[in-house]
Amino acid sequence: MTVIAEPELLDSTALADPFRPQLARIASVTRETSDTVTISTELPATGSLPQFVPGQFSMLYAYGAGEVPISISGDPGNPDRLDYTIRSVGAVTTALITRKVGDYVAMRGPFGTSWPMEAAAGEDVLLVAGGIGLAPLRPVIYHILRHRSEYGRLVILYGARSPKELLFRKELSGWSKSPDTQVLTTVDYGEPSWRGYVGVVTKLFNFVSLRPERTITMMCGPEIMMRFGIRGLQGRKFPDDRIYLSMERNMKCAVGFCGHCQMGPYFICKDGPVFTYGQMRHWMGDLREL
Amino acid sequence: MDQRGYEVLGPTIHDSAISYGPIHAIEDLPEGWTSEQGPGSYRLKRRTDGALFGYATGPKSLKNFLHPSEIKLFTAERTNGTFRILSNDGLAPRRAFLGVRACELAAAGVQDRVLIEDRFKDPIYSQRRAGSIVIAVNCSDPSSVCFCTSMGTGPRAKAGYDLALTEVIDGGTHEFLVEVGSETGADLLAGTEYSEASEELRRKSDEVTARAERSIQRQFENAGVAELLKENFDHPRWDDVASRCLACGNCTMVCPTCFCVTVEDMSDVTGDHAERWRKWDSCFALGFSYIHYGSVRLSTKSRYRQWLTHKLSYWHDQFGESGCVGCGRCIAWCPAGIDLTEEVAALRAAAPAEKTNGGGE
Repeated sequence: MTVIAEPELLDSTALADPFRPQLARIASVTRETSDTVTISTELPATGSLPQFVPGQFSMLYAYGAGEVPISISGDPGNPDRLDYTIRSVGAVTTALITRKVGDYVAMRGPFGTSWPMEAAAGEDVLLVAGGIGLAPLRPVIYHILRHRSEYGRLVILYGARSPKELLFRKELSGWSKSPDTQVLTTVDYGEPSWRGYVGVVTKLFNFVSLRPERTITMMCGPEIMMRFGIRGLQGRKFPDDRIYLSMERNMKCAVGFCGHCQMGPYFICKDGPVFTYGQMRHWMGDLREL
Repeated sequence: MDQRGYEVLGPTIHDSAISYGPIHAIEDLPEGWTSEQGPGSYRLKRRTDGALFGYATGPKSLKNFLHPSEIKLFTAERTNGTFRILSNDGLAPRRAFLGVRACELAAAGVQDRVLIEDRFKDPIYSQRRAGSIVIAVNCSDPSSVCFCTSMGTGPRAKAGYDLALTEVIDGGTHEFLVEVGSETGADLLAGTEYSEASEELRRKSDEVTARAERSIQRQFENAGVAELLKENFDHPRWDDVASRCLACGNCTMVCPTCFCVTVEDMSDVTGDHAERWRKWDSCFALGFSYIHYGSVRLSTKSRYRQWLTHKLSYWHDQFGESGCVGCGRCIAWCPAGIDLTEEVAALRAAAPAEKTNGGGE
């Protein structure tokens, strides 16, 4: 079986200076929506790209503007490129999405834990994504479709604010035609031509039949979406330790020094970003501002 | 020390406080001065015995030098449509610290666990730490905010120093007992004039420590505090402390273990030269927890809770020990006089019996 092994986590032996980014050239730019762009990066001829596993992120530096954590959204089976799907929400992300082919960015990483590709082998896989949260899950989809026989059913539930804000639209319809794969999309606000579901992504649980004991769930989206997603899954008897979440907090360093990404006892950068709900349960109840 | 290429930093009177500054001669030391400290209060006072080290810790700690408040991470230069990143080539300063207290040695140990001994190694801290000589002076005059005895970190330095001195003033004599903690320390001592310590001097040195220990009034019950805080996220005491806390972050600045930093990027007017700087940050700042939809910890309550819970509870999960060494700086330098030992005692005394689960659905 060619499942992806646990990542070889970067440590101080691999990173003499963990604060120093390396340059990467933008090989292609794909506009996804009005505010979201995927950049595909390659290293200058001399360098070899670091390997990544689905779920990991890099710190991307836009010259002079700053650095932000961005999940890797590309195909783990294509080692020549690292893809990042970036939504413009501030100065640095805006600088990143306006870069052109041939421009350079700098990056550190990849950092962080992976989606449970090993635990999911032989199991059904439920992906629940909200908004830009589909980007960190796309490597999972690529990997499963590349190794189709090693996984059970693949169900992708995806919610966006409006039809125009759906990411990877062509790919979504392609994925829905893959063997044993179901893709359901929903939007908060439809428009006259929209014939799909309207409502929050957790409503889609009603339209798929799943075997809770045989399913690994991977969820990524706004924290409030994940909180409701967890409730929906718990109501359907999905075990806490088979629900995986990708968490988000402010990050300045990605190596556990800046303190910004702490949530409960965890550093999201080095203990996560992917956690089981079992790990997060105590910190994701009714309490806020943790 | 000068000959060895070390800058000597020790206690000096600076900004109406005793804090680390350059020491060139014995006259630079705060002879005949002490400090009087309480919640929200620090005052220099005269003392009559001519002690050179007769004070409790001031606002600065080793953190100010080993984990500097501002440092450049790299320079980037734009040329021909691309850019390159230049490393910092400056060598870390070599410094000898004089007058380091046991609680500060413990705090440096706590920072070692975070910045050197965890998965990643901070090259800035590591180089500065490796390039340091520590000459501890055992504490003789704890202040009213000190509680090192509750945290097991003082008042006598047990390890982590090159040399440890005890200042012994008795009647007409003013002597120092020197203990050697490393080869570097032995080497340093060999270059000075000294004589073998008498049994009596050793006994008097122990007596200095015993007196210091007895003078510490403040108590902190460390056992069980990690669980106590996790189980009381919604305790009304957080609202109470939030009504007094200014969220100014002073406690995090003076804390010798608080390590949080942010980064700032800047460029010159031509745009051809950019720099990235690392600066101390505080979990009390609103922007600290900012993500694209806003700050996670909006209320002062949540920010104080995060600080205290991290320091006294999560730190155990992350690094296997408390993040507090009992130095009391956060008490003395809090403009509102908030006292963490009092806050924890209040949480403990009135822990609601019914509602203790932080994560209930």
